[in-house]
This record gives sequence, C-alpha cells and structure tokens, in this order.
Amino acid sequence: MTDLVHVGCGAGFAGDRTDASGPVVEALAASGATSYLIFETLAERTLALAQLERRRDPGAGFTPYLADFLRPILRRCVDSDIRIVANFGAANPMAAGRRAVAVAEELGLPGLKVAVIEGDNLLEEHGIDAVRGWRNDENADLAGRDVIAANAYLGARPIADALGRGADVVIIGRCTDSALTLGPLLHEFKWSPPAWDRLAAGTLAGHLIECCAQVSGGYFADPGKKDVPDLDRVGFPIVEVAQDGGMVVTKPAGTGGLVSEATVTEQILYELHDPAAYLTPDVTMDITGVRLRNEGRDRIRVEGVRGHAPPPTYKVTVSLEGGFLAEGEISYAGPNALVRAELAADVLIKRVKGLGINQPVRCDIIGAVSVLDSDQGQSRRSAVLPPHGDYRVRLSGTSNDRATAERIAREVLALYPTGPAGGGGVRTSVTSRVRTVSSYVPAELVRPRISMLESGS
Amino acid sequence: MSEVTLHEIAHARTGDKGNRVNVSVIAYRQEDYPLLVVQVTAERIRHLFQARGAGTVRRYELPLLKALNFVVDDVLEGGVNGSLNLDGHGKSLSFLVLTLPITRP
Repeated sequence: MTDLVHVGCGAGFAGDRTDASGPVVEALAASGATSYLIFETLAERTLALAQLERRRDPGAGFTPYLADFLRPILRRCVDSDIRIVANFGAANPMAAGRRAVAVAEELGLPGLKVAVIEGDNLLEEHGIDAVRGWRNDENADLAGRDVIAANAYLGARPIADALGRGADVVIIGRCTDSALTLGPLLHEFKWSPPAWDRLAAGTLAGHLIECCAQVSGGYFADPGKKDVPDLDRVGFPIVEVAQDGGMVVTKPAGTGGLVSEATVTEQILYELHDPAAYLTPDVTMDITGVRLRNEGRDRIRVEGVRGHAPPPTYKVTVSLEGGFLAEGEISYAGPNALVRAELAADVLIKRVKGLGINQPVRCDIIGAVSVLDSDQGQSRRSAVLPPHGDYRVRLSGTSNDRATAERIAREVLALYPTGPAGGGGVRTSVTSRVRTVSSYVPAELVRPRISMLESGS
Repeated sequence: MSEVTLHEIAHARTGDKGNRVNVSVIAYRQEDYPLLVVQVTAERIRHLFQARGAGTVRRYELPLLKALNFVVDDVLEGGVNGSLNLDGHGKSLSFLVLTLPITRP
C-alpha cells in the first residue's frame, strides 16, 4: 500500500495564475511519490454567477479558465501518472467534463478518463419550493424569492469513489475545498470512519493548500516585518501526507515565496471560526492541538490535528437575486485636492438624494480613509489629512433595478464638467449582485453521482 | 513600560464567510503571546469595529500557535454580497486590528 501521497495545488481561485502549476507538476513528477494536482476555483458567490450564465447558455456555467489551467500541465500529468482533482464544474460539471475531454483531444491524449461528479445542485434535485422551505441561517423568508442556486458542499467520498473507478481527472462542482485533497487520500490510504484523526489530517492538508499561494508566501508580505522573496514568481504549495496522517507543507525548489511557521499559521486560521469544530461532511476537525515544526528550508511539519464525527447535515449555499451595485470614481490631485474631493463627495450625495433614490449610498475618499471606514465615513471625518495630495472619490450604491444603478454611477461621470476643478480619470461600473444564505439539510437529501467520460483519438 | 502598536509584535490575516469575518492575530515571538491574551480582548476588537456595526465578537486562544482567532459578526455592513465598501470581503481589516496600542512591560 502507498505510504506517502503528495498533493500539489494548481489554483486557489478562479482567477489564479495559470503558469505556476508547471513547477508544482515538475516537483511532483521528480518526487516519485504517488501524486495529485488539485485546482480550487469556486468561491462562495462564484457558483451563483455561473448559474446565471448557465440560464443564458445551457453549455456554459463552469469555470471560464478551465482550458487555460489544464493545457500547460495535462500531458505532463498523464506522462507522470499525476491525477487531477478540480472543482471546475461550478454550475455545470458535465459541460466542464466535456471541455476537459476536448482539451485532452486537442493535445492528442486519447483514453483520458474524466469523472464528473454531480448531485450538489439541490435546486435541480429537489425543486425551488423545497429550497425555499429550508430554514436558513439568517431566517430570511424565501417565499416568492428568485432562488438562483442551491448547492450542497459535497464531501470527499464521491471523489475517492471516482478515483476508485479509474479516473485520471475528477471534475466536481460545489464541494468543501478540503475535499479536493481528502478525496485522493481516502482513495490511496483507504481511510474511512471512524478514523477521525486521519480524516481530520486529510482535511487540514486540504485546508492548508486550497488557497494555493496563501500558504507559501502569497497574501503575507509586509515588507520590513514579513519579507517574502521573489513574490512575482511565488511557488504554489505541495503537501506531503503520510498514511499515519503526518504531513509536511512545502513548495517547489527554485520558486519564489516561502513556507514558514508564520505562513502556515496564518493559513490554518484562514476562514476558520471555532478552532475545535471545523465542520465538513466528512469529519469535524479540531486544530487546537496543532503544532508546527520547521524541518528545513520551506518545509513545515504540521502535527496534532484531531477529528470527531461529522454533523448529520450538509451545508447548502442558497443564492438569491441581489440587485445591482453601482460604482463610480474620480481623481483630484495637487494643491487643495482633499478639499476639492470633499466637495465632490458632498455634491454626489446631494445629487443622489435629489434623484429620489432612497437606498443607502456611500462616498469614500481613497487616499484618505476608505476601506477601513464605515459607510458613514466616521474615521475620515475625524482624521487629520494633508489637503495637498492625490485623492480619489468613490461613490457606491445599490438598487434592485439596473436603470437606477446606472443613474447613480452616471452622477460620477457628470462631475467632469459640473464638479470641482481638475477632476479626472472617471471610471464607472454597474454589476449584478447575488445574495447568499446558508441552509443545513439532512445528509440523506444529498446524493452525489458519478459519470465517466473518455477522450477519443 | 512602553507603548507599541500590535503591528510591532504580531501579524494577522482576515477571512470572510457571509457577513462574518475571522481575524487571526499571531505573535511573532512566543514571549509576546501573553500580551496578546491580556490586551487584545474581544471587547477591544468589538470597539474597533463598532462604527461598522459589529455584533458579537468571539475570541479563541491557540497557545500552541501563539495565536488568537477572532470571529466578528455583522462587520461587513451587508456582507460580501451587500456591502458598499470597496473591500466587500473585509480583507484589509486585519491591518485595522494591527493598529491597536499595546503596552509592553
């Protein structure tokens, strides 16, 4: 039986770099260990937007850069027996699977087995009335609401089953991010309940690499305090997991970035709430006993994670129409710039009120205090700032109808000839929004299923 | 006694889920961890985010990682899907936490 599995990460979000998986694959191939490459491309809201795309085009709704992620590495993975697990499926796993097959055929790779896992789409499985009836964490009444999507976070079991059926590439839609890593480990090590500590180790391994460079020097640098070498070519991570649940986080030699106790600690706690109870459909993970040990350059050993039985429910993200976000920006620079920017902000607020728009709007002055401020701008008003400078006014507002949102954004454009002196660089945008709530449904309502596709010659 | 900002002795990272963020605060040195435990309280974090309408703040201690983990409810003023803030995820908030003054013996 295999006693060591290496899992590398090729993407931690849909817009991630497509050229960083190459060194990961080379390192996996050179290691000689049983190896997998995962791609995590599905954020909380991504799926609802993908669902809207699929409504417009039944062949769409999967991750837009699927081919860009696969093309550089697929041949090397096939040659080196590195299997791929990716949540490229988003709202349309089957279409993503077909696209992966097409990429294999373009590259002249016949006989590639692509498993497609469906069943996370509970709107399709159970219908809108059932979804509206489930209790959600915000106690929002969904009666009459347009539910765009309702997707359960699948666990690692169906991924392991797909690998057991000989898949070279596994494509799934919504699943827990850590399942992309735990799935291969369940398959290789034959881990199963009640080996909770091992399932928790696999979950932690997955949690550590699912945001990709965030564990290997990305989202970390604070020059002078936390220096990161060669961030422009930050290496994507690899986790080496042993049969007994021991693990080391590392990255390919010769890449930028770093793996240190500090980078690993930040990522262990990333998007984690109660450290004693990180809930997944596979296991409840407890990281309160975790210790880190430096085992050489860019090698951190992680030990002491514990597991308990999972909850009897699956988490479901329910996505609803969320109206439109209007945004507009304009710059003021040089002498008295801050005062001119404040005047522009004042004009914008008065104009929006004058239009009879009652939804809240917000005005920021970027360069003064913006992202750290409240909607009311309390921090900016109490701050002492130089009037001479380079400031950018930003207006944002929401509306349930697009025309009103566009009207809000246009007020910023109109400042060119009507606002304070020297305003320049206007940009405006109106984007549709999705609102999400979480429901928890009994596990028996979630029935994953696997289809196998294969590339031809 | 001397006063420093938390940024001098600790690093931090924010993550978001819905209208809730977590902020980890991690001491650079083991000997500074007790300062975090005593001075970086849930109440101070709540006060820091008060203008943004923060609700409950829960704090978890992780001595083996020399870290605290804060979970802050309703701090995103509508959540990532409803916020008017340019940083709807609240990713920059970790650096607001690092502005807290810390008294060193």
